[in-house]
Amino acid sequence: MSAAPAAPQPASAEPLGTAGALDLLLVPPRPRTGWRVLPARAGALCAVELQKLRHDRAELYTRAVQPALWLLIFGETFTRIKAIPTGGIPYIDYLAPGIIAQSAMFIAIFYGIMIIWERDSGILTKLLVTPTPRSALITGKAFAAGVKALIQAVVVIAIAALLGVALTWNPLKLIGVGVAVVLGSAFFSCLSMSIAGIVLTRDRLMGIGQAITMPLFFGSSALYPVSIMPGWLQAVSKANPLSYQVDALRGLLLGTPTHLGLDYGVLLLAAALGILAASSLLGRLAR
Amino acid sequence: MSDDDAVMCAGLEYAFGETRAVDGLDLSVTTGEVFGLLGPNGAGKTTAIRCITTLLPVPAGRIRVFGHDAAKERMAVRRLLGYVPQQLSADAGLTGRENVALFARVFDVPRRERARRVAQALYAVDLTEAADRMARTYSGGMIRRLELAQALVSAPRLLMLDEPTIGLDPIARTSVWEHINAVRRATGMTVLVTTHHMDEADQYCDRLALMHRGKIRALGTPQGLKSELRERRGPDDPPPTLEDVFRDVAGRGLDSEGGDFRDVRSTRRTAARLG
Repeated sequence: MSAAPAAPQPASAEPLGTAGALDLLLVPPRPRTGWRVLPARAGALCAVELQKLRHDRAELYTRAVQPALWLLIFGETFTRIKAIPTGGIPYIDYLAPGIIAQSAMFIAIFYGIMIIWERDSGILTKLLVTPTPRSALITGKAFAAGVKALIQAVVVIAIAALLGVALTWNPLKLIGVGVAVVLGSAFFSCLSMSIAGIVLTRDRLMGIGQAITMPLFFGSSALYPVSIMPGWLQAVSKANPLSYQVDALRGLLLGTPTHLGLDYGVLLLAAALGILAASSLLGRLAR
Repeated sequence: MSDDDAVMCAGLEYAFGETRAVDGLDLSVTTGEVFGLLGPNGAGKTTAIRCITTLLPVPAGRIRVFGHDAAKERMAVRRLLGYVPQQLSADAGLTGRENVALFARVFDVPRRERARRVAQALYAVDLTEAADRMARTYSGGMIRRLELAQALVSAPRLLMLDEPTIGLDPIARTSVWEHINAVRRATGMTVLVTTHHMDEADQYCDRLALMHRGKIRALGTPQGLKSELRERRGPDDPPPTLEDVFRDVAGRGLDSEGGDFRDVRSTRRTAARLG
């Protein structure tokens, strides 16, 4: 599109306020094209998420309670009774990466409710009328969920450190942790937004969200090793992206044996498929 | 109708299941005018608007916005639009400035001019002083003006407003319209507005289309439509209002119209949020 004035100014036009005060509102911005659209939109939506968190930190504090309780009560208790084989590390250390993944998933899995709320309140409608491809909008939302989960992960890591969990402070490994958290959250938020695109109402989605969250959590390696699960649960765990996220986090934070290539590969593929599915269902929410 | 028109709809149809929301709509909006699409809830106004904005597909018929096909050139059409939906769409968790800045970013306003452009959009709707307050603290009229600023920040050629004064008190309604008119005078943009407030349409629109059961029943200037009815009724009757014109073209079926459950819920929710 050219950078020509938005519309011919009629002869009768009167200036609004001081002369030239609205000069920029006469010229449309030059559109981004190609690959630059996606990161630009994702950046815009992530920035909004950070701005909201800056204005209202209560969510950050209240969301810290549950992981703290898991580590403090469940972690401390099972460390004492030594009921779960953890390969020689204290159970609370073994549990910490699982709780990071869990709290990130809990944030992401309710993104579908948020998108339905945004549909009902007109925010989504307005975004869908901007020059933003639906895939870019969903990618933006997915990474916004990742940013929120990342902040949550920092809080949980801080709690774990206070409880004496022996975590790595290697910056490269911590960056790897961040990538795993963002990719996992991107997948779970897209899963939630895909379901939102199918069920279309908040009430139905809340029921489904609650129904799938616990099976995803218990059917992963967050609380116990896959090897002690019954066969059918091992199969569920292998198809569950949360297991790969936990495996990556555990390997990076604790130095346990891991399969980082496979873990990142599965998380990347899951996030890409999630974005594809949620983008194709987004149109149903617009109607 | 010509490609020079801001909006051209030809034979537009849209159905929700068995219900034909828009039934062969022919419409042209001339560049630079304020065009009002009037009708009761459920008349098909919002569906037509949603087709023009590319939110809904165009299953039958043709829509062109400044010559761009709304079915095939969606991104090109969206770049020309500023849209304010019926619902209250500002984000209460952000400040006024942040709300506008988000739309500057998604319309690719470069970083070096973003702050100035956002400031200009806020100035245009008289929200400069309140710009750094949280949107949740705004009054109903201020929120509508904030949404207007969000739509203006990308310098649209066509401003589309779906029931912009719904739920507002008379003073706030007047204020919103005054800002719409001031911005239009300053920028020369085309305005397409839906409303069921006949008094507003009469006062602020250059031309009107009266829509009922998915079709345009009358089209013209407010004065022209009233004069036409007066001629038909004869000089002994009192001068007709726009509401009389509407009752005349809609006939007895008007009383049974009221929109579906979702329309009513959305309208009431917006009205409730505006206080």
